[in-house]
Amino acid sequence: MRGGRWMGAALLAASAICFAKADGAWMKKVPQSDRARANPYAGRADAIAAGRNLFLNNCAECHGENAQGKGGRPNLTSARLRIATDGEVAWLIKNGNLYKGMPSWGGLPEQERWQIVAYLRSLNPQGTEAGHTGGQQ
Amino acid sequence: MSFAHFCRRVVRGHSASGAVFCGLALISLTPVCPDVRAQQEPPYFVTYSSVLEEPGNLEIENQNIAAGPKNANGFFAPTVEFEYGVTAWWTAEAYLQGQATDHDSTIFTGFRFESRFRPLPREYWINPVLYVEYEDVNKADKSFLEITGNSSFTDLQVPSAALRKEVERSIEGKLILSSNVKGWNLSENIIAEKAVNEAEAWEFGYALAAARPLSLKGSSRPCTFCRQNMDAGAELFGGLGTRYNFGLGQTEQYAGPALAFNTPKGITYKFSPEFGLNDNSVAVLWRFGVSYEIQQFRDLFRRSK
Repeated sequence: MRGGRWMGAALLAASAICFAKADGAWMKKVPQSDRARANPYAGRADAIAAGRNLFLNNCAECHGENAQGKGGRPNLTSARLRIATDGEVAWLIKNGNLYKGMPSWGGLPEQERWQIVAYLRSLNPQGTEAGHTGGQQ
Repeated sequence: MSFAHFCRRVVRGHSASGAVFCGLALISLTPVCPDVRAQQEPPYFVTYSSVLEEPGNLEIENQNIAAGPKNANGFFAPTVEFEYGVTAWWTAEAYLQGQATDHDSTIFTGFRFESRFRPLPREYWINPVLYVEYEDVNKADKSFLEITGNSSFTDLQVPSAALRKEVERSIEGKLILSSNVKGWNLSENIIAEKAVNEAEAWEFGYALAAARPLSLKGSSRPCTFCRQNMDAGAELFGGLGTRYNFGLGQTEQYAGPALAFNTPKGITYKFSPEFGLNDNSVAVLWRFGVSYEIQQFRDLFRRSK
């Protein structure tokens, strides 16, 4: 009985890893120069507040007001966002993932995109455990 | 002539149809429900940028044009536009067009369907978008959604009853090139149009535009009249003649500033006075547009939300 439970948990974890691997393919496309970019607004309270307003205006329609996903669309409080660099997240917002449903937000000014990254980072501090489940960006 | 004054005159002269058109123009001034703003789109009326509708969103826009051409009756032409984001790389649109001319009639002038595709999966220095359109519009149309071929404002002197008999069905293609540089959007459209029900040559046109939000940074406090919600820019557009008569001769050319204000209720207001640049053009075209975006419209039809 106990062995069956462990087996089930292992299968669940394996399928979650496979799903996450397939879903996070965008991270491999990020050029090294973009990956290494630092957020000029990192950790600034005003930028996080502005980023939250921008998130509510532009992103919450798909990702939910609390960024935990909506209607099967990705949860942005995820393990993947915790390991992603600010540069990777900024790259994803700018370029989108057009064939996976994420539009490009290159029309938003770069400063606003960095403010959104600052807000998302406040939800996903690097080096912490994932606190939520569900689809991940 | 102000919009309100024009509407009063139209409604007085043609009570039912005039009321319908002015009603269409004003209906989107009334917010149906609160929502959020769409901040990406530049304030252009004629020029397209690489910004597509977000997948699942439906934008309803009412854009209007009013003018008082020399030696012709003043007119008001509303267009209602439904723009839907099918995917992140494909946006589909339908337009319904009409016009009301002072001392003349108020008529429906036609419709058009278009799609825009982003062929490249990432942002580049120049982002191309392919545009294809089918239109079924009669010659009485005065919407000036784009200008192609050889034309002159003297066409506006012909009564609508005579013009509406001639319906042009055409296909149109645009190459949209758009760049985002330091907060500025720079967009260029190259237009080619061919009538499919008449033996007319290919007609060409262009549109160029640049715009920028008044502030590049978001405010830390929710606000309505802050600069980040306002965009300003300019547009230049006109005809480029036909395959056999290519160039700027005998074409209409316009340029003017374009302004947009995105409200927290999800409504965007746009305004642009466009000035004729040559003798073939109307002196001033006054444009005013209101749009409302229904966020994740397709979720209304999904079983699991």
